[in-house]
This record gives sequence, C-alpha cells and structure tokens, in this order.
Amino acid sequence: MPDRNPYSLAHLTKPASLARLGGIGVVVLAIAAAFAGTAGWLSPDRLGPDAMIDRFEEVNGKHPGFRRNHAKGVCLTGSFESNGNAARLSTAPVFAAGRTPVIGRFALAGGMPMMADGPAAVRSLALEFQLADGQQWRTGMNDIPVFPLKDPQAFYEQLAAGKPDPKTGKPDPAALQAFLSSHPETAKALDLIKAQPFSSGFANATYNALNAFLLVDASGAKHPARWSMVAVDAFAPEPAEMPNGKNYLFDALAARVKQAPVQWHLILTLGQPGDPTGDSTLPWPADREKVDAGLLTVMALQGEDVGACRDVNFDPLILPSGIVGSDDPLLSARSAAYSESFTRREGEAKPPSAVQPATGG
Amino acid sequence: MAPTFPLLSRLLHWTMAVLILAMLFVGVAMVSSLADYSRLVAIHRPLGILLLVLVAIRLINRLLAPPPPLPAAMPSLLKVAAHASHWLLYGLMFALPLVGWGMLSAAGNPIVLIGGLHLPPILPHDKALYAILRPAHTLLAYLLFLTFLAHLGAALTHALVFKDGVFRSMVK
Repeated sequence: MPDRNPYSLAHLTKPASLARLGGIGVVVLAIAAAFAGTAGWLSPDRLGPDAMIDRFEEVNGKHPGFRRNHAKGVCLTGSFESNGNAARLSTAPVFAAGRTPVIGRFALAGGMPMMADGPAAVRSLALEFQLADGQQWRTGMNDIPVFPLKDPQAFYEQLAAGKPDPKTGKPDPAALQAFLSSHPETAKALDLIKAQPFSSGFANATYNALNAFLLVDASGAKHPARWSMVAVDAFAPEPAEMPNGKNYLFDALAARVKQAPVQWHLILTLGQPGDPTGDSTLPWPADREKVDAGLLTVMALQGEDVGACRDVNFDPLILPSGIVGSDDPLLSARSAAYSESFTRREGEAKPPSAVQPATGG
Repeated sequence: MAPTFPLLSRLLHWTMAVLILAMLFVGVAMVSSLADYSRLVAIHRPLGILLLVLVAIRLINRLLAPPPPLPAAMPSLLKVAAHASHWLLYGLMFALPLVGWGMLSAAGNPIVLIGGLHLPPILPHDKALYAILRPAHTLLAYLLFLTFLAHLGAALTHALVFKDGVFRSMVK
C-alpha cells in the first residue's frame, strides 16, 4: 500500500475518486429530486391547498385578515348540554351527560366580508366544543340539506364557473351550464337545496354538517352519522320582500340573542349499511334513526375584532376521540384548504369586524 | 482498529435517520395535498413528538458516551465543518418538533397524538406568534433537508473516497 493522504487534492482528483464523487452527487441529487416531486414542485398543475385558496382570492378579490370563505360573520359564546343519549354511540366525552362550553361563529357562505345579507346566501354555524379534558370538537354546518359539490376538483371548477362577470356582476350562464352538464350530481343536489325553503333568519335555521362522520362506541364499533343543529325557534320562511339593511340577518340575530338565549337540538342521523358516507351531494333516506344528543345554547355574540372565534380554524377534522372522519374526500380537502386560509389570514393585519352585533350580547 | 460509536448511539442515529427523512417527505407531501392531508397530518404530529423524545435521549447519550474523535489527519477545516453541521443537525432536530408544537399551540389547536391522547399547549393562542412560527417551521424543515443532504454526501465521501474509518464508526 503506497502511503497516501486521502484528503489531498491529488487523491481527490484521481479518476477513481472523481467517479465516486460523481456517483455521490447523483445519489444526493436523486433524493433532492424525489423531495421536490413529493412537494409537488415538479407538477405545478396539481390541485393543492394553495391553488384552492388562490382561486377564492381570484373570484372574491383579496380581503386581508378575513377568512377566504364564509368571510362575513360574528362570534358566539354559549354551551352544549348533553343529555347522554348519544353516549351509547360514541365515547366522545362531549356526549356524556353534562355541560360543555362552546364558542363559534355565525356567517354567510362566500368570500366577500362586506357583502350585503340576502336571501341567496347560505348561512353557516361553526362551533368549537371545549371539552374538559382539553380535547376539542370543531364543526362547520350550513343551512342546506346536501352539499352541491362532491369533491375538491368539482369545488375548484365551480368557483371559476360561478365567478361574477365584471361587466354584468353575474356569473356567465353558459359557464355555469357547462359545469352543471359535466356535474350531474351538482344539478341534482341543487334541486334538493332549492326544494327546501330557507328560514327567515339565523336563529330559526337548521344547520347541517354536510359530510358524514363515524361515531365510535365503547366496543369500537363505528356508526356512520351526519349531524345537524335543529332550531328550537319556530321555522318561518323568508319574507317575500327583502328587509332593509345591509346586515339585516345579523342585526335580527343580535336582537334575538339580546332578548333571550337561542337554542338548537344536536340531532345525530344514523346511516344504515349502504348509505353513502363518501359523497356529500347525496341525501340519506328520510326515515333514518335520529338521536337527540342535547341542546346548544347561544348566550352572546361578539364582533370578530373582540370575539374568540376569529383566530379559530374550524377544521372539520379537529375531533375528539370517539368521532372520526368518513371516506368523504371533502373532509381532508377542507382541512387542508382551511389551514392554508388560516395561515394566510393570521399573517395579515387584523381588520375590523365585518359586522358588529349591536347588542354586544 | 479505529474507535466506533457505541451501539446505543448507532441505534439512535439510524432509527432517527429513517424517521426524520420520512418526516420531511411526509411534511412536504402533506402541505401540498388535498386528498392525503388529513392522513399525513395524523402521522406527522405523533412522529414529530416521538422524534423530540428520541433527540432528547440522544443528546443525553451523546454527553454520557461521546463520539469517537475524527481522524487526526483530517484537515481542520473539514473537522470544523463536521462539528458545525452535527450541532446544526441537533439544533434542528430539537427546533422542528418544538416549533411545530408551539405553532399548533399558537393556533389554538389541540395537539392530538392518537385518539384522545393529546399534549398541552406550550404557547398562548396568539395570532402573531402563529404567523411567525408557521413559516418558520417550513423554513427550518428545508434547512434540515439541506443539512441532511450535506451530511449524506459527506458520509458517503468518507465511506467511498476518504476511506478513513469515519463512516465505518457509525456502521459497526
């Protein structure tokens, strides 16, 4: 063996050394390329959370500090009183008899925080149940019976098809029609949505978590379920003539809450084998067993500038033990897109609340 | 016979090497995916906490059982680079899970490990903190990946070009 210094330039520039250094370079670059591929950097057309939120911003304009969807809203505080009826279906501590503090948010679907209230806007109720052991249950619900879009790709395309034309202020009917022709499930779901009359306000609306979830009982058995908050206030249809005021829905809610706490029954609808859990556009048969799990009471409202709901991401997969997500592809997509929206708005200056509950609760 | 790393050190090194590389790939796949996001997040969180526990054990082990010295003949510049990159790796192995944990705390999110098992927040629910920690988590992850690539390149160079026993000391 000739005496040699392995760190010398002479050794490193030998053909054998150069070949090996080249090979090492190839290995390192291959791993870097695999990383870039996994990150999606080599497939810019892949639909990811950033592209989804970009599209919301394209369609609605940029409104820094606000949610990219359900932008106009107010915070709520209240509690949930479980009656224990659902404890046989799920080990989630929130279903044991007792009281759980709740914060949440009433909002209008859509990405424009300063939009006027109106009959066309879908109303939403988002909740965060703060369980005593530190777990949380977050859920976002809408006052429509089914969701019109079955997967994130359809959602993404529909956003573009529904974008208002800058000239007319309305979406291009041809683009909408083209979307519906290629998405018959959306056309069917819209028929169901139109067939169910909207209520006159936030307080007497019923809100449905449109995705299915699985309740897990003490034996580990899983029960497919969809849940709803069914208003205690009597249903009244929307008035034929639209009331005055840009915020008439929120103003009426604030007045109602000031009068007395507003309540909803948490109703769990149990799926049977064969009921679709992976497609939010499809309703379940009307005769499915319903379990009244308890009563939600909304005690007070707060503007988003002071309320606790603003910096909460109502990610539908923040669930306590005893509830898990179903195979609905919208759940993971919502989780991912909400996170992207949350990260963007938390990095932006905090705007004044889009609406101020006149009462302050 | 050149000195080698103690068995526990080697075990910790290779276990963490596999887990950290998997973690980095899970991380970038997760944040770019709609369909796999929730599945991957459910792996990412508990794996991150496991790595935090492992790196704490590893640091204590390193202080109790120091690594063998680098070859005397190694140029001092290379030695400095080796030591600096090792401490950078340790710093990042601690920083990433702690920043991840802190970022979820600042978001007000529960830090769920598995089922009902969750950790307490380590920071207050705070918009400004989240706005700093969330991008920091990504930047630190990229830095860890680049440091890993440099570490791998250096390790293979020791094994195949220098043949100075440094790579062997971590293998047997």
